Amino acid sequence: MLARRIIPCLDCDLGVPGGRVVKGIEFKQIRYAGIPWELACQYYEDGADEIVFLDITASHERRETMTGVIKKTSQSVFVPLAVGGGINSVEQAREVFNAGADKITVNTSALKRPELISEISDRYGNQAVVLAIDAKRRYVLEEGRHIVQTEQGPCWFECSFYGGRQFTGIDAIAWASKAVSLGAGEILLTSMDRDGTYDGFDIPLTSAVAKKVRVPVIASGGCASPQHMLEVFKKTDASAALAASIFHFGEWNVRNVKTYLKERGVNVRI
Amino acid sequence: MTIAIVDYGMGNLFSIYNALDYVGGSPKIINEPDELAGVGGIVVPGVGAFGQCMDRLCRFEGALNSARDCGIPIFGICIGLQVLFEGSEESPAARGLGWIRGNVVKLPTSVMVPQMGWNSLSIKRPVEMLQGIEEGDMFYFVHSYYAQPEDKSLIAATTEHGVDVTAAVARDNLFATQFHPEKSGAKGLRILENFVRALRC
Repeated sequence: MLARRIIPCLDCDLGVPGGRVVKGIEFKQIRYAGIPWELACQYYEDGADEIVFLDITASHERRETMTGVIKKTSQSVFVPLAVGGGINSVEQAREVFNAGADKITVNTSALKRPELISEISDRYGNQAVVLAIDAKRRYVLEEGRHIVQTEQGPCWFECSFYGGRQFTGIDAIAWASKAVSLGAGEILLTSMDRDGTYDGFDIPLTSAVAKKVRVPVIASGGCASPQHMLEVFKKTDASAALAASIFHFGEWNVRNVKTYLKERGVNVRI
Repeated sequence: MTIAIVDYGMGNLFSIYNALDYVGGSPKIINEPDELAGVGGIVVPGVGAFGQCMDRLCRFEGALNSARDCGIPIFGICIGLQVLFEGSEESPAARGLGWIRGNVVKLPTSVMVPQMGWNSLSIKRPVEMLQGIEEGDMFYFVHSYYAQPEDKSLIAATTEHGVDVTAAVARDNLFATQFHPEKSGAKGLRILENFVRALRC
């Protein structure tokens, strides 16, 4: 049986040589966490099942910095590496794969031009394309939306792009489905309501998307403790849990999070 | 002893190169069949579809056959395991290397396909390449098809994903895994280290 994966996420500011890992709260207030490849090595040693690098600067000139980070990381980190941020063509994806990435994640570029998903998956396979969705709860219900029951009442989820700075009007659950049909092999699902809040994953959102699609769903946003991971694995079909702050700021490491989960019956790789 | 990584144009070879280098091997990416002469070991990597792989691998077939007959250790990874078989449901028109009798079939629809993630090994028989690997150790899999050897005794390990999936096969100087040892952390590196060590014997 497949293990539930624990994935540390490195939000990378590539405006400085070698880049730096930062963490925002609700997509704002930035805090400095370390050097990307160093953190990646540490998380790998601690037992991370995969590592995600997101270029939050997402600009063309910074892509070389990112490929440098991936090249260096892949010399000593032997688990899958996923890279995202500003990739909007097969050519750009190729640069990242050639640096040693196993998967690329797309978000804004795919919302603007969904065919990008097929273009990359046709060349590199579905397993290499992760669709990242930043979803926000909307309690004003509209016709044709996927309605999800929450403790705060029924809502639908709207996709955001440009790193949470703009909204699309697109239903996140419908978009997840469509992206999978276009060739996305995995969904990285971030709750904008929970990201950086330390309140735990958005369980109704994660559950709804994991039920809707037949590809792995990575729950993201709001994780501050192993209890939150336990909750998302017990209450939803999420294949993986992604977290940043919990690992960056020393509260927990990957190893003791996994031990905690295993002791409570979650199938994780120790 | 040089380990040739056969580059037949099917994607990222950096990971396997880096991993072999990390465990003390001397990997070299080779693009031409005649470069296989005199190497200590051969890795046949692979991503993509079976037919596409065979189209590109076929020009290496003669050189690979000779290497196999000379007893040079050969390690197939993922599609590199599947191409050792006679054919695959993925590409019915394509012919595999046929070194192992049997075919490659689709994973059942009852489970998530592709299988993508970490799954545990059930070891069927002790082989040198799995030294240091214990029952239940987890490895990273990404695949939609799996191999069914006619001779089940060639199976060194399986994993469970809806069915018992062939995870590793071994015969003489031939070893292959459905999982990616180069993406499977310390346990994966251990298998690659076993391979590097086998070349020195």
